Amino acid sequence: MMISANLNTYLIIAVILLIIGLYGMLQHRSLIGMLISSEFILNGAGLNFMAFNRFVAPNPAVGQIYTLFIMGIAAAEAAIVISIIIAVYRKYGSEDPERVQDMKL
Amino acid sequence: MIVFKYIAEVLFYAFMILTFMGGFMAVRSRLLMHAVLGLAVSLLGVAGLYFYLGSPFLAMMQVLIYVGAVCIMIVMGVMLGNTPDQLAYKNFEGRNTILAAFACALGFVALYVAIGQAKFAPAAEKVGDMSIRFIGESLLFQYCLAFELISVILLTAIVGAIILARGGREEEAK
Repeated sequence: MMISANLNTYLIIAVILLIIGLYGMLQHRSLIGMLISSEFILNGAGLNFMAFNRFVAPNPAVGQIYTLFIMGIAAAEAAIVISIIIAVYRKYGSEDPERVQDMKL
Repeated sequence: MIVFKYIAEVLFYAFMILTFMGGFMAVRSRLLMHAVLGLAVSLLGVAGLYFYLGSPFLAMMQVLIYVGAVCIMIVMGVMLGNTPDQLAYKNFEGRNTILAAFACALGFVALYVAIGQAKFAPAAEKVGDMSIRFIGESLLFQYCLAFELISVILLTAIVGAIILARGGREEEAK
């Protein structure tokens, strides 16, 4: 039994990516660390779409287009978050999430 | 050749381990720069997995967009946000590691059981193939809206990022 030709393998890898992202979200003390963790969550979602696209979906273009969409959204999200972090850093002099809880700029 | 099949299988394990090791490095390293490096390694591993899912195009896009663009952007953010002496600050101070690991393990077990229980039947008939040509035609005709939406979102994000990031500069100039 080849493990690379099995839907469940990819689903479990995607779950592990999601869990890594969640753990990083809980653990990291900086906003950039949390952004890195969110990239893991988005990547897990993309891998999930690709796995279902390969093994289940009737039209093999849909999953790939959806994964491309997720990549585009992740790039846009990263750009916005980095600029927010720069603005927060300029205002507060730190990027500790607990210091910016009140969200007043 | 049966040998190539086994080599491919070993490479699959290698990509899987690359993904997990990068993820572990990203969440546990004390330096943010190492965390970004772990993210890049992990995304390269996922790009390899996309190859095994029959889509070299998406593997290429993963390397190009994620490893090439997003990681570089995060590196820029790390370098702009932290002065060098702050880079080694305690990344996990005040966080309860054991509780977080327990919660994540619980979520993993729940999803693992759910995947084991689920039954996914392959579609009865398939249209098209995995080729880049078919993706391109789908993007331009059937899924034109998704294509346009990505462009609008990216444009909005770029404009928004410029406005957000240059906010303080005029105040400093005055």
